[in-house]
Amino acid sequence: MSSEEKVLKVSKIEHGTVIDHIPAGRALYVLRLLGLTGKEGVIISLAMNIPSRKLGKKDVVKVEGLELSEDQVNKLALIAPSATINIIKDYEVSTKMKISIPEVISGILKCKNPNCITRKEREPVISSFRVVKRKPLLLRCEYCGRFLTEEDVVEQLTGG
Amino acid sequence: MWAGRDVISILDFTREDLEELFRVARRMEEIERRGSDILRGRIVATAFFEPSTRTRLSFEAAAHRLGASVISLHPTVASLAKGESLADTLRMLDGYADVIVMRSRLEGAAKMAAEICVNPVINGGDGTQHHPTQAMIDLYTIKRLKGGVDGLVVGVLGDLKYGRAATSFIFGLTRYRLERIYLISPPELRVREDVMMELDRLGAPIHEVTDLEEALPELDVLYVTRIQKERFPDPAEYERVKGSYRVKLSLLRKAKKDMIIMHPLPRVDELPYEVDRTPHAAYFKQASFGVPVRMAILSLVLGAVVE
Repeated sequence: MSSEEKVLKVSKIEHGTVIDHIPAGRALYVLRLLGLTGKEGVIISLAMNIPSRKLGKKDVVKVEGLELSEDQVNKLALIAPSATINIIKDYEVSTKMKISIPEVISGILKCKNPNCITRKEREPVISSFRVVKRKPLLLRCEYCGRFLTEEDVVEQLTGG
Repeated sequence: MWAGRDVISILDFTREDLEELFRVARRMEEIERRGSDILRGRIVATAFFEPSTRTRLSFEAAAHRLGASVISLHPTVASLAKGESLADTLRMLDGYADVIVMRSRLEGAAKMAAEICVNPVINGGDGTQHHPTQAMIDLYTIKRLKGGVDGLVVGVLGDLKYGRAATSFIFGLTRYRLERIYLISPPELRVREDVMMELDRLGAPIHEVTDLEEALPELDVLYVTRIQKERFPDPAEYERVKGSYRVKLSLLRKAKKDMIIMHPLPRVDELPYEVDRTPHAAYFKQASFGVPVRMAILSLVLGAVVE
């Protein structure tokens, strides 16, 4: 039995979501992005830097009772593009989804350029970024052309 | 295809689009002085939220030459001073006019305008990257004075980081097969990384240098732009470099006899008056092409055919 399987067996959940294949070291960011502090009272298991055939090392987050909204999935894709989402019902995986970053990301992120039209509160325009590179993530503002790097994205979505 | 189209970035236009524009512009040069009425009954709105002399006046002149009427927004006295948003102001103008020519300090303002206006929007300059009609005039100038753009060695000198005319011109050059494009600037004012990446993607034959003299002997075209003192965090650094980016008469001895010097104007001291008298000086000719090229742009986006 691999160490990965051992970890997974320790804390099975009845209903909820397992977010697997999170890039190593980002599990806490994922919790922050989902707004989970641990004070909610639900079971949260978190494993970091565990061996993974696909990624070398990975993080896993399991949350009892969690259902991800579309907005949360989109945001998750930006900080953990390699992640898979397993929806658990009655201790079994009922649905498995691979997430991916869309070509264009609207409204989630903020342009870094203070002179960009998308930064002006009174103008009716929402931010829009096009993916330039996926690994590491690099986005370009569709309005002013400035880049957002993966670090910028993580910082914006998790507050640091 | 031009009819009904917005003109936001030079990168939205193919070489074929540009060639079509230049054919019409050549025809406009012939009819410019006697005028035409192909745009009679049409209204061109100019909305310059940032000061402009050449761009606004040449668009207005172009509109008048073709028989259109012009309405102009002056930001200091207009709705913006009362706190109206750019978007609301533009929607209003969209209701009054058939095409809007605009300039704003805000980057991406023209793209937003194009999204909310029914009628075509022409970007007369926004932020630090886009000034597409200037780039069209610049390419037309090279075509007219050098016979074509392919195969040339072009140097772009000055503020390549914040100068929108320079950036648009460099983007425009990617529509042709140049031999080489020299980007000549102090390290502080190099082309930004995001722009450079786009140029790489487009396969532009870029060479970045800091020394004008190094590139000068090879150049067919030298495009000069102004270096602004306020761009330097340290004024002493500006004082140190400014001389190296001045196109002095003595330096021009090293240039090819038929090299042309262009400048989007206004100039300050990067281009001394004594250069005006040399056969290299092409910047006033370039400025004069502003009207026929803008006549061509207006007629094409409004779908009016020149006889």
